[in-house]
Amino acid sequence: MSLATIADQEVHVDEEGFLTEYDEWNEALARQLAANIGIELDDRHMEAIRFLRDDFESEGETATLRRVTTLSGIPTKELFQLFPKKPAKKLAYIAGLPKPTGCV
Amino acid sequence: MTLEAPVPVFDDEATEGRKLAIICSKGSLDMAYPGLVLANAALGEGIETHLFFTFWGFDIINKETMGHLAFTPVGNPATHMSPMLMGLPGMTSFATHMMKKQMEGLDVPDVPEFLELITDAGGHLWACQMSADMMHLEAADLYDRVEGIINAADFIELSDGAQIIFI
Repeated sequence: MSLATIADQEVHVDEEGFLTEYDEWNEALARQLAANIGIELDDRHMEAIRFLRDDFESEGETATLRRVTTLSGIPTKELFQLFPKKPAKKLAYIAGLPKPTGCV
Repeated sequence: MTLEAPVPVFDDEATEGRKLAIICSKGSLDMAYPGLVLANAALGEGIETHLFFTFWGFDIINKETMGHLAFTPVGNPATHMSPMLMGLPGMTSFATHMMKKQMEGLDVPDVPEFLELITDAGGHLWACQMSADMMHLEAADLYDRVEGIINAADFIELSDGAQIIFI
């Protein structure tokens, strides 16, 4: 874990670039994180991101994709469109959370 | 000011074009799940994934059986219990019930929902021609999202360049 700059803000990140402090995240950061991986955030992205952050706060771990679909109502297909190819990891990255550890 | 944060590499060129083909040849509950879990994980990593259902694996995509796969403890060393005990009447339904409960506890979907999840994620399902002939089944008997009934040569062609997992 080290201190680094994203969108002119100083934050803690791991060696891959994932934020490590839940409370250091904000929307401006999210926009920059998304831009870093070629995603421009719209309302639907934000809905998924907010769900993931709220769920993390109550559960203490990052939701798997299936959990996102089941509880937020955003269909699997759409998650693959919003965060192409590696939706679970990309979503976690933009939401400032660790990668999900669950298998399904 | 500190350094710019690193950006994770999500689209690694080395894995670009990676392809996975999973052959599901067993139809018991405990042998169905490994293939489904791996397929789902591969799709989540952006890997083109094909599932080929053959022989007893046909039960996973047969509309009649897909929702009622069983875990058979007889002769299954995974139970760590006496084979005599495992052969008692009612043991299969008991063991199946236990396994389903465990999977549910882990938030793992049942087989039909799992196939829906996999196809929603872009996975491809294929049925084996010979198994269909052997069991007198047609496309209409199979799960709707099976893309086709194909023969062994078709599968070999389709899995060109793929990593193959046989279950």
